[in-house]
Amino acid sequence: MVRIENLVKNYGEVKAVRSINFTANKGEILGFLGSNGAGKSTTLKMVSGYLAPTAGNVYINDLNILDNSLEIRQQIGYLPELNPLWGEMVVYDVLQFTARIYDIVGRKFEKALDRVIDQCGLNGILHKKISACSKGYKQRVGLAMAIIHDPKILILDEPVNGLDPNQIVEIRELIRNLGRDKTIIISSHILQEIQATADRIVVINQGQIVADGTNEELMASIKGNTLLTLETKNSTMESIESLSTQLSNISIKDVSDNGDNHIIQIEYAAELDPREDIFKYAIQSKWSILEMSVYKTNLEDVFRSLTGKEAVGA
Amino acid sequence: MRNKNFSNIRAIYNRELQSAFNSPMAYIFLFVFAVVSGYFFTSPFFLIGQSDLRGLFSIIPLLYIILIPAITMGMVSRDWNIGTMEIMTTLPITDYEYIIGKFLSAITIIVTSLGFTIIHVFTVYRFGTEIDTGAILCGYFGLILLGTFYSSIGIFASSLTDNQVYALLSSFGIVLLFFMMDKVLIFVPSATLASLLQYMSVDFHLSNISRGVLDTRNIIYFLSMSFLFINLSVRSLESRRWR
Repeated sequence: MVRIENLVKNYGEVKAVRSINFTANKGEILGFLGSNGAGKSTTLKMVSGYLAPTAGNVYINDLNILDNSLEIRQQIGYLPELNPLWGEMVVYDVLQFTARIYDIVGRKFEKALDRVIDQCGLNGILHKKISACSKGYKQRVGLAMAIIHDPKILILDEPVNGLDPNQIVEIRELIRNLGRDKTIIISSHILQEIQATADRIVVINQGQIVADGTNEELMASIKGNTLLTLETKNSTMESIESLSTQLSNISIKDVSDNGDNHIIQIEYAAELDPREDIFKYAIQSKWSILEMSVYKTNLEDVFRSLTGKEAVGA
Repeated sequence: MRNKNFSNIRAIYNRELQSAFNSPMAYIFLFVFAVVSGYFFTSPFFLIGQSDLRGLFSIIPLLYIILIPAITMGMVSRDWNIGTMEIMTTLPITDYEYIIGKFLSAITIIVTSLGFTIIHVFTVYRFGTEIDTGAILCGYFGLILLGTFYSSIGIFASSLTDNQVYALLSSFGIVLLFFMMDKVLIFVPSATLASLLQYMSVDFHLSNISRGVLDTRNIIYFLSMSFLFINLSVRSLESRRWR
């Protein structure tokens, strides 16, 4: 279990993390979501013991990280952001080095090596120099280093950054499998990533936690407007404009002229459903409806509303 | 010291040597060292028919002034620079284990380079006269002690920055300072200060050992200075990390 209490980190005048609290439980994959510069990596650097907090505490299995640093480091697996590695080293050597630090030598190392080769798909690159590996393989090597001692707690800072879609699916699968008996904290600025892997999502913005809950809880917490896209034929601009006067509870956000057709963006409050009225109006105005689709709120909207920013890469 | 300490130091030491020998750095160092020291031994040997190791033992400390900072410059600073310090400091190893592992690997490279000069010793035994084996052994011992001291300075300078060039220049500066200390004594007004400077200088202690005089004070000087710089490196690592 990872418990974070009133964690603060200041870099001089800059307040990177402002008193945050959350807990990640055993068997849980906690997604740590935030835009770039929100304080994700700084928080994870403090949880891994790389940075000392300005104030507050991190407890790993009820041990304070400042007082029991070495003991805690033995239990944690950490994949730093940007996955720094010694490019001149051979994959096998770097894994052997990491294992030796965790006292995994001889037969134990061979077993651990077989396990990570299997879990991370390192077949065929074991005797390659890291600098000669592709980005995806480098990421797998970083992940293999983080899990070679089968840690109880795994902290992955942007683990799928820069991977291609196939590799992303594989790493997601691996993380989900690992998550069954571990505590995993995974950070990302990409919503789909967090949605796909995490059981619970903590959203951080400007150094503060702005939301904490499951996917569904977060979506329920925000009641935005519904956006309806209508594609029509035989419609005139006048009849489109009078639609909003006829139906007072909708607003027309955008109309684009597509030759014979019009694409109309209509917004209305989430609890309303004026689709039938729109349909009747279309009949009355002799429009042909080619398409009517409703865009429901998703986590991306929650993210945007919480952070006031566009979700990068989403 | 626990067994764990040794095992961690060994892991760091092995990793550092793997890095050094998987990249051109160690080979360049060994090559330059072998060529330059070889030149200074063989030229008097062929030109004036002189076969002794005094020339070699006096040129190696000069070579060390630039070559040891070059071999140690990246040892810590590179971990800062490429971000692997984050891996190192989140693994269950102490700062001491980290620094000592690096330090021992630097000494290993230096001892390896001295190994190349053994061929000159054979030449001396084959062609020389009045060979003083004790002085040769003391000469090597002195060079290893000097290498140890300079390596600790190099590691310290490397721990201060993430820029290898800064690390090289600052360790070069510190090494040069200790080398030059007894060369400027005539400019020092106070006799006490002059004797202090002389005692602190490298040559004062090295020349005794090179002559074949094994005085514990000289050995203690090198070891305690190395100890001092190793400790400074650990402190520098701690202070940078906790900022």
